[in-house]
Amino acid sequence: MSKQTPLHATHVAAGAKLVDFAGWDMPIHYGSQLEEHKLVRSDAGMFDVSHMLPVDVEGAGAQDFLRRLLANNIDKLKEAGRALYSCMLNERGGVVDDLITYFFAPDFYRIVVNAGTAEKDIAWMRKQAAAMPGGGNVTITARRDFAMIAVQGPQARAKVWAALPGSQAVSEPLKYFQACQWNDITLCRTGYTGEDGFELIVPATRVVEIWNALADAGVKPAGLGARDTLRLEAGMNLYGQDMDDDVGPLESGLAWTVDFNAGRDFVGRAALESAPPARALVGIVLEDRGVLRSHMQVFTDQGGFGETTSGSFAPSMNASIAFARVPASIAIGDTVHVDIRGKQLKARVVKTPFVRHGQILV
Amino acid sequence: MSVPANLRYTESHEWVRKEPDGSVTIGITDHAQNALGDIVFLELPDTGRSVAAGEEVAVVESVKAASDIYAPIAGEIIAANSDAVDAPESVNTDAYASWLFKLKPANLNDIDKLLTADAYKAIIDAA
Repeated sequence: MSKQTPLHATHVAAGAKLVDFAGWDMPIHYGSQLEEHKLVRSDAGMFDVSHMLPVDVEGAGAQDFLRRLLANNIDKLKEAGRALYSCMLNERGGVVDDLITYFFAPDFYRIVVNAGTAEKDIAWMRKQAAAMPGGGNVTITARRDFAMIAVQGPQARAKVWAALPGSQAVSEPLKYFQACQWNDITLCRTGYTGEDGFELIVPATRVVEIWNALADAGVKPAGLGARDTLRLEAGMNLYGQDMDDDVGPLESGLAWTVDFNAGRDFVGRAALESAPPARALVGIVLEDRGVLRSHMQVFTDQGGFGETTSGSFAPSMNASIAFARVPASIAIGDTVHVDIRGKQLKARVVKTPFVRHGQILV
Repeated sequence: MSVPANLRYTESHEWVRKEPDGSVTIGITDHAQNALGDIVFLELPDTGRSVAAGEEVAVVESVKAASDIYAPIAGEIIAANSDAVDAPESVNTDAYASWLFKLKPANLNDIDKLLTADAYKAIIDAA
C-alpha cells in the first residue's frame, strides 16, 4: 500500500494522474506536464513535496555532530535562517543522501531529506551520533507532523505573499538559501527548479488550507513530471539516479559541495581523498534529433565511454538534455556520441545549469 | 476516450484504417496518447521497408518515456507522416487525424483479423 500525503484527496479531486514515487502515491501531472513546466518558468506553480521529510537535529552537540555527518561544512552557516546543500556520505565516500540543512540556532538545525531514503537517513544519522562521545549530545527527530509545498516561478513569492497575509514582511528580506520561522510555517527561499520561490514547511494539519489559499491566489499545481524536467534543466542532481550509495560527490558534479578545508574529519573524507575521481558528471545537449534518457551509452571522441544518468526532453529549450558520467578527461565543448536504439547520435558537452531563471544558458 | 467505430485496432494501441486504394493508415489511439502524456518526438520508418506483423517500426516519445509502435499487419511502408514529425504534439491533439505511417498490406484480409472498436474498447475498459 502506497503512502499518501495529506494533500492526496486534493490531488485526486483536481484530476491528477498519480504514480508511485519512492513508495508514495504522488501526482505526476494534472493534465499536461509540459504546460506545468512552462508555467513554473514563466509564472508560478506549486508542488506537493510532503513525501520529503524534515528532520530536526537538536542539542548541545548539534554543531559538532553535523560537522562530522555532512560533507559540506555547516560552519558556513553564520546567521540564523541560513541554509546549506550537502551530501551525507558513507565511509566509502558514496552518497547516503543529499539534503538541505537549515540553521536556526547552534542547538537547533532542521534538515530536509529525500522521501525514498528517509528511513535509511534517520538510521544512519542515529548510528553516527551513537558513535560519538556521549551519543553526540543530539536528539534526531523525524517530523512527519509537517507537510511541504514548493511554490516556484518568477511570480511565486508575490503569490505566496498574496495567499498568506503577513508573510511578506518577514520573508521579503530573505536571500536565496535563507529561511525564517513565521507563526507555524518555515518559509525557505529554496527550490528544485532553477526559479525563484519558496519551499513552505507547514503543519500537516494545515497543508490543505494553505494549498487552497495558494490556489485562490492563482497558483496552479504542478506534478513530479514537471519537477523532474525543471530540475534537470536547472542542473540539479536527483538522488538514486545521478548519485547513490556507491557513487560519490566528486564523480557526480558535486565537488563544490564538499569542503576539504580546516582538517574537519567528516564521514567519507578519507575515502574521497584516497583516490582521485576517474569520472565526471557533465551536461550534454543532443544535437541530432531524438530524446536522451537514463542509462544510454555515451562514447567520447577520446575513445572513452560512459552512461547518461538523467535524460529528458527539455521543454524550455525544445531540445534533449542529459547528465552523463564519463571519463574525467572530458572537457566543456567536446563532442560525444550517444547510443539511441543502435544509432550513434551527436551531443555536445556543456557547462550546467542548462536553464536558470527562465534563460537558456547553453 | 474516443474509439471510432470505423477503424480496426491492436492490443498494443495502434489504430488501422483501410483506404479505398487498398493501402492502410496506422496511428496510435486516443487512449495511447493520453497514457503517454505530452508527445515530443516521433521516429517513423523509411518508405520502401518491408515489415512483418508485430515488427517494431516506429517510436513515439513523450516527455516521460519512449514507446515502440508495431506494424499491425505485414506489408511495405509506403508513407510516413512528416507533418506529425514536425509537430509531435498533434498526436495528443487528435490521435486519429495525426497518422504515423501507411502500409501496402502483403495480404489485405489481414486487417479483418484485427480488433473491432468494441473489442478494443473492452480491452481498455478492463485495464
